[in-house]
Amino acid sequence: MRAWLKQFWATGDLFVWGCGAGLSLSLLMIGGLLFLILINGFGYFWPSDLIELTLKDGKHVIGQLAGEEVSPKGVPRIRVKVGNRDLYGLDYRWINTDQIVERSRPANLIILERREWGNFYGRVSALHKGDEVVTEGAASIQQALPPLLRQAAVPDSADAYSLLVADANGKEKSIPLEQVLRLLTPNDLSVLGKAWVYIGNVWAVLTTEPREANTEGGIFPAIFGTVMMVLIMTVIVMPFGVIGALYLREYARQGVIVRLVRIAVNNLAGVPSIVFGVFGLGFFVYGVGGTIDALWFSDRLPNPTFGTGGILWASLTLALLTVPVVIVSTEEGLAAVPREYREGSIGLGATKWETIWQVVLPAALPGILTGLILAMARAAGEVAPLMLTGVVKLAPALPIDGAWPFLHLDRKFMHLGFHIYDVGFQSPNVEAAKPMVYVTTLVLILVVVALNLAGIVLRNRVRKKYAGSAV
Amino acid sequence: MTGSLPLAVPSLMTMQDGGQGHSMAPQHDHAPAKSKLLVRSFSFFYGPTQALFKIGIDIPEHQVTAFIGPSGCGKSTLLRCMNRLNDLIEGARHEGDILLDNEDIFSPSIDITHLRKRVGMVFQKSNPFPKSIYENVAYGPRLQGLNQRTVLDGIVEHSLQGAGLWEEVKDRLTKSALGLSGGQQQRLCIARALAVKPDVLLMDEPCSALDPIATGRIEELLFTLKKELTIVIVTHNMQQAARVSDWTAFLYMGQLVEFGLTKKLFTAPAQKQTEDYITGRFG
Repeated sequence: MRAWLKQFWATGDLFVWGCGAGLSLSLLMIGGLLFLILINGFGYFWPSDLIELTLKDGKHVIGQLAGEEVSPKGVPRIRVKVGNRDLYGLDYRWINTDQIVERSRPANLIILERREWGNFYGRVSALHKGDEVVTEGAASIQQALPPLLRQAAVPDSADAYSLLVADANGKEKSIPLEQVLRLLTPNDLSVLGKAWVYIGNVWAVLTTEPREANTEGGIFPAIFGTVMMVLIMTVIVMPFGVIGALYLREYARQGVIVRLVRIAVNNLAGVPSIVFGVFGLGFFVYGVGGTIDALWFSDRLPNPTFGTGGILWASLTLALLTVPVVIVSTEEGLAAVPREYREGSIGLGATKWETIWQVVLPAALPGILTGLILAMARAAGEVAPLMLTGVVKLAPALPIDGAWPFLHLDRKFMHLGFHIYDVGFQSPNVEAAKPMVYVTTLVLILVVVALNLAGIVLRNRVRKKYAGSAV
Repeated sequence: MTGSLPLAVPSLMTMQDGGQGHSMAPQHDHAPAKSKLLVRSFSFFYGPTQALFKIGIDIPEHQVTAFIGPSGCGKSTLLRCMNRLNDLIEGARHEGDILLDNEDIFSPSIDITHLRKRVGMVFQKSNPFPKSIYENVAYGPRLQGLNQRTVLDGIVEHSLQGAGLWEEVKDRLTKSALGLSGGQQQRLCIARALAVKPDVLLMDEPCSALDPIATGRIEELLFTLKKELTIVIVTHNMQQAARVSDWTAFLYMGQLVEFGLTKKLFTAPAQKQTEDYITGRFG
């Protein structure tokens, strides 16, 4: 028995299986997470059918099926998104299945996307201009609507258009056209038609601005802010990280002090990011920003220009956060440059700096770019430090626009990570905002993947160009 | 290494045809007609370890001088001192002098980058930079501030021809140098060294990683190159030393044991140690 055990131990099978199991478990968990986000994120855009329920008490409910389950008391029930927040207060409603007498999908049910109060689910009866009726019936209204929606709305004018709609129980409501974004009849749409709406929805989320406390509408400013913040951070962190690593590896006399500096740099990567946020707020925003304001923007005081959070300060703070990553991988890249390259260059009469600039740095470029990729991935996912240094839930303007100087580094910005926090946990209507959280998460993951892919493509091109370098 | 004696190699004779008529074998301090590099009681230390002990060699101009000896005998160290590449090593120091055209290369007044331009180096492992073939050769001239395309083109072509590589690479000068074969890479490194027009070319076992055909091409190259420059070559391969060199120095444990005409040293060595080494009894 003992001999058998000893042999089993010696083969190492246990460790192989242990490693395999651990790896499979983590892959499974990551896969599950991604699957959840993908399903919920992509599902959000699909215009699913509206159902009309007739209940035992004779009332009607119109809405989209949002889930089925058995309640804690053991009663099967369904969850319906009923919308009409202005009428019912809540977007979702639980209905016990034993209460339902009939389910149907009438073709004339509409989804009315509005600027306020969320979607309206129900029926449309007429289109008014002022007091007179322009047209009646869902089909003809749908045809008449698009050109009217494109016109600039004139609020409060006597002949403004409005839609007369009714909810499931026939309660009528007049909605001014300036509130209306789109009218859909999902039950009347073919799969192809729904796919078209789906693509339109995806496009709208990616390109439009948020509405209704971020719970509806698009997330374009957040995507833009995230990408831009990461790019500014990259521009800042690269030179600093590379110069730091060059000094540590090539010029500094290797000894106790350099070793201490290296330990410090490595530990810097482990400091909680909120600490960097506090430092950024104190040093960059109040210190540097306040000084800039006092020197150059004193005419605007007490309103701060740079002395308040902004995209520049957020990028600088994240640059501090990621500089250890760049230093470490650049150092590794430099160490992997073969000694023969340096000797060959020195032997041709090059100085140390010429050798580094012409031969060593190009050969270490793949390692440097690895650091860049890691830094970008880290920076795009950080939220905590940004909350102190310049992120807002709704930015009035993008950091880039047509007004001189085009790039406004002092402006506050929106960020996908913060958007998730804000929509998911700070919103007054958490249930209604949940799909938006999934969508934002999905987009954030896609943005990080896209940034990383760009870095990897760049690195592979560099690697190909300098094929044979060790990193 | 077997004891087959290098006299069987025919190229030795051709080499001697163009020789300078030294019929007698000089001993350590017997200088040939005109010497390019003079090593004068030169000692070298890596920190506390002494690697070279009072070496004295006169390296004659337009000749090939070979350093032979077992591993760790200091031949590479001596070679790398000749263009002060050992300056890069921390804690290294030296005693004695090396004179290049009667100028002390260690004197503070000497411009070290200028010295390295005059004394080129080819390494054991071919080390083309991860750049194009053209840029590899143009690297040295560019460092000197040459940027005119026409001038550079001329230098690149001339150097590649000098290294016998032009015909093989003239159509792909812009391709990466790392796509060349091992032998081609080594000749590219020679071309790169030639591009700065050195007086002396130091070669540190340039053929040790190459196959016999590539080795043969580089050895042929040495015969043409020595018309223009002085060559010092370190080699493990005694046949190679016998084939390509006019003069040979045998080093052992950091000491110069014997220095003389190759023909003499390989046929009638003055020292017992030399004889033991070249006949394969040790090392």
